[in-house]
Amino acid sequence: MNITRQQKLAGLFRAFLNHESVVDQPTSLAAYECDGLSAYRQTPLLVVLPETVEQVQQVVALCDEHRVPIVSRGAGTGLSGGALPHEDGIVLSLTKMDSILNIDALSRTVVVEAGVRNLAVSEAVAHHGLYYAPDPSSQIACTIGGNVAENAGGVHCLKYGLTLHNILGVKLVMSSGELISIDQRSMQSQGYDLLALLIGSEGMLGVVVEITLKLLPIPECARVVMGVFDDVEKAGNSVADIIARGIIPAGIELMDNLAIRAAEDFVHAGYPVEAEAILICELDGTAAEVESQIKRVETVMNASGASETRLAKDEAERLLFWSGRKAAFPAVGRLSPDYYCIDGTIPRKTLGVVLNEIRRLSEAYKLPVANVFHAGDGNLHPLILYDANVEGALEKTEELGSKILQLCIAQGGTITGEHGVGVEKIGEMCLQFSNLERNLFHALRDSFDTNGIMNPGKAIPTMARCAEFNAMHVHDGKLAFPELERF
Amino acid sequence: MTAIKQHDLEQTLQEQIRESVANAQPLQIVGNGSKAFYGNASKGEYLKVSEHSGVIDYDPAELVITLRGGCKLHEVEALLAEQGQMFGFEPPHFSEQASIGGMVASGLCGPRRSYAGGIRDYILGIKILDGRGDILSFGGRVIKNVAGFDVSRFMVGTMGTLGALLEVSLRVIPKFETEQTLVFQHASAEQHIQWINELAGQPLPISASLWHQQQSLVRLSGSEQGVSNAVKKTGGEKATDIWPSLREQSHVFYEGQSHIARISLPPTTQFQLDQDQLIEWGGAQRWLVGDNDYPVLRERLQHFGGSLCVYRGASEAVPAFQPLDELLLALQRNLKSKFDPARIFNRGRFYPGL
Repeated sequence: MNITRQQKLAGLFRAFLNHESVVDQPTSLAAYECDGLSAYRQTPLLVVLPETVEQVQQVVALCDEHRVPIVSRGAGTGLSGGALPHEDGIVLSLTKMDSILNIDALSRTVVVEAGVRNLAVSEAVAHHGLYYAPDPSSQIACTIGGNVAENAGGVHCLKYGLTLHNILGVKLVMSSGELISIDQRSMQSQGYDLLALLIGSEGMLGVVVEITLKLLPIPECARVVMGVFDDVEKAGNSVADIIARGIIPAGIELMDNLAIRAAEDFVHAGYPVEAEAILICELDGTAAEVESQIKRVETVMNASGASETRLAKDEAERLLFWSGRKAAFPAVGRLSPDYYCIDGTIPRKTLGVVLNEIRRLSEAYKLPVANVFHAGDGNLHPLILYDANVEGALEKTEELGSKILQLCIAQGGTITGEHGVGVEKIGEMCLQFSNLERNLFHALRDSFDTNGIMNPGKAIPTMARCAEFNAMHVHDGKLAFPELERF
Repeated sequence: MTAIKQHDLEQTLQEQIRESVANAQPLQIVGNGSKAFYGNASKGEYLKVSEHSGVIDYDPAELVITLRGGCKLHEVEALLAEQGQMFGFEPPHFSEQASIGGMVASGLCGPRRSYAGGIRDYILGIKILDGRGDILSFGGRVIKNVAGFDVSRFMVGTMGTLGALLEVSLRVIPKFETEQTLVFQHASAEQHIQWINELAGQPLPISASLWHQQQSLVRLSGSEQGVSNAVKKTGGEKATDIWPSLREQSHVFYEGQSHIARISLPPTTQFQLDQDQLIEWGGAQRWLVGDNDYPVLRERLQHFGGSLCVYRGASEAVPAFQPLDELLLALQRNLKSKFDPARIFNRGRFYPGL
């Protein structure tokens, strides 16, 4: 680390920030060296924690002037290394900006600072009978600012959408330090729809400091039915059958045998450990609607080959059924010293093919893979079990992960459904997009950030990087998947 | 089964764009001109995209359809209806000729918009010809996809200023089992807005709302059981299904009007207007007809985060869209230059300099 540069910058920041809001001590900096993807670590030059929009503007303008890379960070729960620090840059932590600025129950909106936690929003508006729908599994800790950066999803996306469907406006500090306000409360964009571009841009277009969220009425009733299957493909087909009947469940999750056993062992949710797959299907709405739909779902599950269906008899059992799914990641984590979570999305109809191929790859690499799946929207989370202490195991795991993502692309899907590209999937971006498309991404970024100080090196690979990545993937003189259709 | 003409014009369109770039000749992208009234005047030769037609892929169980831009909207809707599905945003047609490309480029939505989302909320992927004649694809055919900037959603409502739409993948939704329209009396716009927003804060299957001449109308959509239970809660008298006439602006309010203005506001804004108005989207969309002092209205609206679009009857003196502030306009011009550096497409149709 360049200590002279670090101390010079710290001095400049301390001209307008509290002494303790500029972190420069190695022990304190260590807390910021990774996000939820802990395999990648880097100590930043400094961490700054502004408390006001004006301070963010000052920090950004100063960094722009001195060409200091900025990595914005919320709670650091991201799973793709999007908040991995830059060795010559600062981490701009928004956690001190955690105020809920305005709740408007009549128009069902809430304005929050970027550092407000996802779950805190729903808690703050519950007494109005309202809630904020996107519920990523990290919702207890993750921040709204981070959700915007990653276009976070959750288990209820199929019915209630991703973050982008639930945001009505943002205030953005551009790399020049200027503040722009994008307001779509009127459901009409003024000029181009900048919100569409900003949501999911992984901190590369500016710093989102304030967000207006859409709230929904809390559904009158929610019920869960579990379908038990002796075959994963049957379970996958059952999801398509339910949706083909015109039913949109609030959530529909699939777990395979390894995931079922791990979860059952961990939380005792009452899952059938012999089953090859279970579907957990939640329906919500008015009591009458849920009542009629849940019966139809049970009928469909039976018709598509469920060996059994179980209806959660009360709220306690509904939560119990969910507890296993929600604890699936840590539960799988107990089976092995480490696990690596993949986030590809596929058209639902290819589930059978993809799961069989994952099984084949798992055997070939001798690494067990458990599958949990947001089945309604085709978002697959294979969890690869490995031991990081074994020499070369991480590399082998990453290679398997990359193979699974390439499989997703080949099936007409995508390399990331909700975790983002970050540093993790930057190589696979070379496969999913052409040079022309990646060039446009870079060009769009220049429109917001001329000097390239916002989260450089993430999400969009350079051409040189892709040349390197592709070189690694040439076998027998042929590129992997030359026939890829990428639309 | 509805037959939609299959015709791939990709190469022809690409050649025409490249030729225009070489000759510095501006182009106006046109489908069938069903929304020619919307936006400002542009200039240049026509780039006719209506013949680039066909269904690329439609699997009802995936809830996704992929179409070429020239497909006719009414034919696509008929195809979806055969599978008990529809577009969730209730797009206006204005003509039998309306195309999918025009629907995406204009970004116009109908009564269901405020409760079910707009076109951009349903876009999953696109393929475009940019202002160099290059073919670019973004997004895909899956519901969840966060790889790269979300260019496909960004394209909605850009009025053809960034590129010509070759293909689009859209999410579709199941048709509702039943719908019921109810009528209520509210003397003022303020009363209506208060009432409809309180109603929307409850778990009721509301799918459209209207206030016009002291009458509030609400549409409920869902299962038979769900809707009939909701009717018990809301009360109100049963009324006829007038929503298509609002969507198509064939309602008596618009009859014979050559000047129509759309006001967009955060829905619960108190915004006094001493004239006949039609209010949709829970207060977010309000319509005026006849002669109005648009510049004065625009200035008033600016204070509330609102805007006014001269929907029909825009002129050089009074442009179609609310002027943008300097910083935003500069940013948008910059973004435009990345898609269309020679400014070939739809010059001036949206904003000056785009």
